[in-house]
Amino acid sequence: MADVSLVLAWRNLWRHGRRTWLTIGAMIFSNTLLVFSISLQFGSYDMMIDNTLQAYSGHIQLQHARYLDEPKMRYALPDIDASAQTLRKELGLSSISARAVGFALASSHERSYGLQILGVDAEHEPLVSTLPGLVKQGRYLDPAAVEEIVIGSVLARNLKVGPGDELTFLGSGFDDSFAAGVVTVVGVFESGVADLDRSMAQVNLGYFQEIFAMQGHGHSIVIRAAHIDDVDQLMADISTLKPASDKLAIRHWDELQPGLRQAIQADMTSAWFMYLVLIVLVAFSVLNTQLMSVLERTREFGTMMALGLQPSRLARLVMLETALMTSVGLALGITLGCLITWYLSHVGFSYPGMEEMAVKFNLPDRMYPAISPVSLTLGPGIVAIGSLLASIYPATRLYLLLPIEAMRAA
Amino acid sequence: MSAIHCHQLCKTFRQGDEIITGLDHVDISIEEGEFVCLSGPSGSGKTTLLNAIGGLDTPDSGEIRMGDIRIDQLERGPLADMRLHHIGFVFQAYNLIPVLTAQENVEFVMQVQGIPAAERSRKARDILREVGLEGMEDRRPAQLSGGQQQRVAVARAIVSHPDLVLADEPTANLDSVASTHLMGLFSELNENHKITFVIATHDKRVMSYARRLIKMQDGKIISDEAQ
Ligand SMILES: Nc1ncnc2c1ncn2[C@@H]1O[C@H](COP(=O)(O)OP(=O)(O)O)[C@@H](O)[C@H]1O
Ligand SMILES: [Mg+2]
Repeated sequence: MADVSLVLAWRNLWRHGRRTWLTIGAMIFSNTLLVFSISLQFGSYDMMIDNTLQAYSGHIQLQHARYLDEPKMRYALPDIDASAQTLRKELGLSSISARAVGFALASSHERSYGLQILGVDAEHEPLVSTLPGLVKQGRYLDPAAVEEIVIGSVLARNLKVGPGDELTFLGSGFDDSFAAGVVTVVGVFESGVADLDRSMAQVNLGYFQEIFAMQGHGHSIVIRAAHIDDVDQLMADISTLKPASDKLAIRHWDELQPGLRQAIQADMTSAWFMYLVLIVLVAFSVLNTQLMSVLERTREFGTMMALGLQPSRLARLVMLETALMTSVGLALGITLGCLITWYLSHVGFSYPGMEEMAVKFNLPDRMYPAISPVSLTLGPGIVAIGSLLASIYPATRLYLLLPIEAMRAA
Repeated sequence: MSAIHCHQLCKTFRQGDEIITGLDHVDISIEEGEFVCLSGPSGSGKTTLLNAIGGLDTPDSGEIRMGDIRIDQLERGPLADMRLHHIGFVFQAYNLIPVLTAQENVEFVMQVQGIPAAERSRKARDILREVGLEGMEDRRPAQLSGGQQQRVAVARAIVSHPDLVLADEPTANLDSVASTHLMGLFSELNENHKITFVIATHDKRVMSYARRLIKMQDGKIISDEAQ
């Protein structure tokens, strides 16, 4: 017999098999649920990040160092088209596109509205942004054309224009000169992102540079990585090609979309509150089981103390029992959670009403949980720690036992 | 180190308003290798005296020494170690661990004593054979008769050759055949391993094995004779 304590702890668990199974069942249930919900959470964060970044900002942007804090016309990068072209070649990545940004007052026959007007590389823009694909009326920009514009759906409604109508816009150019143009609406996009739909318009970069007297300048080179996990490596590669300076900054999506992390963190906080309730319930169930089990065995513990076992030794026995119980709950819970989550991460799943939302906001119509070592072990790990902590109290009861009194107990 | 000296031991119990005398100025010396029986009617203080000697209970006044060690002044921890390594207890109610087999019950204490697994296993098997339980190593207490359980308890108490065995009415639940067998075993261990035995009993047959008989009544020693 290699370890009698282990045998003893294991058999003690099954003296009240039903009670032990109930406690283990609570662990399995919460571990399965935790594995699934945490994987789903991670999956939906990935999706949220992807969708948000794909809509407009991309994963990385090269900008003038001051542009992020003060998005002014004059904080621009020179020869932007050529720079973007060089980057595409050097990085072997085609999803890189140059942009210039200006503000203008747009007027139709009936109304005038302020808008953000973007000069884009119509050939590469679809590779960094989902907007070009979200044109619901008309078409996207023709890379070769001039005097064409696509606008957001709300803006179109406000201006009462559609494909084929003319718009006049007025703004101030790079050299503070007066900038004005007359363009034809060729398409209307609907992104589901209120800001974009209400106030954004796109024209070809060349045309923009001409109207706004940019002299080849632009405001950002937008880069989309093949996968979000590649972003850090890509940033490193870019900074060796184009070192940051007081004129050039390489911006991570975190800086470009500061609200995104916060939204995720807020969501995590509220989710963890629910998880905590679950974990506390399991811990109390362990506390109850182990306390009952200690009280029932007063006589046995008294005998062991009379034979010369220290209370600490008995406390360790109780902790060992809890650890064994927890291990069973952990193993079965993770296995079950993993199987369910793995299945759903392949077929995906949706809840009622989700598909409508998905169509409306350009989201995938199914959710895919993302299994990772962290999502598998984080929740169950905390349940295990909580259970072990909960058995400290029953274990400390043993320090109060006096052997002869305990042996006299029924 | 197993010589025991008790000096003016007193112990009272309070039960409600009543004060009950457990031990009343008990003086007693037991030398190494003795085989002593404590006899006396029920309630005369035998168990109280054994518990005091084994450090399971502290007297109200008086001294208990085992060798040079003042048992009555030891802290809980050292006292437990003392019991673990030097004293074997045999309780009237056996007090085996119900979920462990005979073999495991014997091994459990040895594991706590820090004896390596292989040695533990061999010693437990040997001692169980010695108490006549060969072939029953894998039975749990519920699958053994009272006499067999008591023999497991004895095996557990003596397997590591303690200096002193304290046995409280070890034959109270045994038939005469089992009693005789157990006492034979005790005598043999006493002779062959020089283990000191102090046995509380009011069983006449048990007393006949003793080489010294101490009679108690109302917490006092009323006679102490070699026989
Ligand atoms: N924990 C206790 N509380 C109250 N009285 C006790 C307690 N333990 C022993 N006694 C009393 O002390 C006296 C001696 O008891 P004990 O040593 O058990 O006697 P014996 O073992 O000789 O039968 C008895 O009167 C008994 O009732
Ligand atoms: Mg008694």
